Amino acid sequence: MSNLTEKRVVATEAPWVRMALITVALLFLLLFLALPLAAVFTEALRKGVGAYLEALNEPDAWSAIRLTLITAGIAVPLNLVFGVAAAWCIAKYEFRGKAFLTTLVDLPFSVSPVVAGLIYVLIFGAQGWFGPWLAEHDIKIIFAVPGIVLATVFVTFPFIARELIPLMQAQGSDEEQAAIVLGASGWQTFWHVTLPNIKWGLIYGVILCNARAMGEFGAVSVVSGHIRGQTNTMPLHVEILYNEYQSVAAFAVASLLALLALVTLVIKSVAEWKHEREMRAVAELPPEAPPSQPVKA
Amino acid sequence: MAGAAANMAAPMPTPAAPGRGGSKKVLPGFNLTLGYTVLYLSLIVLIPLSALVFKSFALTGPQFWEAISSPRVLASYRLTFGASFAAALVNVVFGLLVAWVLVRYSFPGKRIVDALVDLPFALPTAVAGISLTALLAGNGWIGQYLEPLGIKLAFNPNGVVIALIFIGLPFVVRTVQPVLEDTERELEEAAMSLGATRWQTFSRVIFPSIAPALLTGFAMAFARAIGEYGSVIFIAGNMPMVSEITPLIIIGKLEQYDYAGATAVAVFMLAISFVLLLVINALQVWQRRRLGAA
Repeated sequence: MSNLTEKRVVATEAPWVRMALITVALLFLLLFLALPLAAVFTEALRKGVGAYLEALNEPDAWSAIRLTLITAGIAVPLNLVFGVAAAWCIAKYEFRGKAFLTTLVDLPFSVSPVVAGLIYVLIFGAQGWFGPWLAEHDIKIIFAVPGIVLATVFVTFPFIARELIPLMQAQGSDEEQAAIVLGASGWQTFWHVTLPNIKWGLIYGVILCNARAMGEFGAVSVVSGHIRGQTNTMPLHVEILYNEYQSVAAFAVASLLALLALVTLVIKSVAEWKHEREMRAVAELPPEAPPSQPVKA
Repeated sequence: MAGAAANMAAPMPTPAAPGRGGSKKVLPGFNLTLGYTVLYLSLIVLIPLSALVFKSFALTGPQFWEAISSPRVLASYRLTFGASFAAALVNVVFGLLVAWVLVRYSFPGKRIVDALVDLPFALPTAVAGISLTALLAGNGWIGQYLEPLGIKLAFNPNGVVIALIFIGLPFVVRTVQPVLEDTERELEEAAMSLGATRWQTFSRVIFPSIAPALLTGFAMAFARAIGEYGSVIFIAGNMPMVSEITPLIIIGKLEQYDYAGATAVAVFMLAISFVLLLVINALQVWQRRRLGAA
């Protein structure tokens, strides 16, 4: 905000220092981020577009794509509902143990994906708590789709909550309380007051959650059993093809995931940009008059 | 959920009963959302994690100790923690540089560069793994120029560090960037008008204010790197005692049906993640206090 009144005369570096720093930073990003991204597409197209399309048009690849879509299609909505509920109770109320609850919500971020997969094997696997019971009733969780979904839900658990909690805390609950006092029901208040305020943060969280859900490797690898055409998600299919030295096919499937990453980054940038604009519009209001109605950016 | 659905179906807004206990209690939904949060958290995270801890009780103390301290496992700790530390250190230096350049300077394509920083969050780790390997292997884009010089970056611990740098970079940039945006330029101007050089201003005025954020970023990158699996296993070469990371030890034990051994190592990893999580939380509290005091 202070950029408008900033005096550029004193507090900056000599032009050559600036140029040098920008050059080093960009070189680093080129080497570590841009080059790996470019390599995915180059390797995928190394034998031409024909070979690329052929590698993708294969039943195992299709079933991996389908399984990945199903997994994300279940995991993301589950974590979306959780994220909104958790953010509502953590951001809008004061209660004992709130800080601890917030820490627990973060826990899956710091657990290794391999450990995340292992815990479900210990519960539902053949040697696990429910293993014998599940075998008796002919229900398969580990080395089957439910295990993959569970592991994915675990690793993407905090994404949406993490995005919404600080956002809703910063916004406070004045607007919601006004709506309730004016006679809105809880659901109406959420739908018409809270949701418009958090929509960009929500989109941002959902898109990151989705990217991780579709791309998860370690946790899914432990519970999947790697049955081709049945329990292989796209990242696992990439691994199998790569280990079989089918480089073009591996990078072809990987390129789809890289495209997903690029789309994610674009949507994320747009959401961030829109959110910034709205925040700026709110910040420019005089402090005595907090916005009583949604501000149109 | 049923209550919420009923409210949505209601044609007329039903006036809410005025809160009895002051304005804080007016908002409805506390019991519902807290209950759901705790239930879902327990089912997905807490009960499964406690299963891990309970399973490890099946081992006697010496068995547990042997599982987590055999030479091969110890070698994997050395690699995992060493490489994670090195990568997080590199990320602190370059992450600060990238954040600085993005906040303080303008250059063409800045928006795209800013968006690209999040690539490691969005790109599946397996994709990062095979693509870094393709670049750095002896016949790769970069590897072919380095190998004649005797520099090998793939299929050894160097590759592990490089994969972990890729994974951890956004953590540092994204924790430092907002703090750097909020630093008060007036302080810098004051320092300089009092005769400080630009470097003195940076090291004595700017750096202390972003140090907590840098440490937080370091801890987050380190914590993420310790558990990382997908990007590392393709480039590491996975030689026992040399380039085998701890998560791979767990997978190896599982594949040999050594569930007890896998559980023991996993419990050890889980304990470390938990400690790191507490450290990160403490760092964030410190950072907020710093900012609040400023």
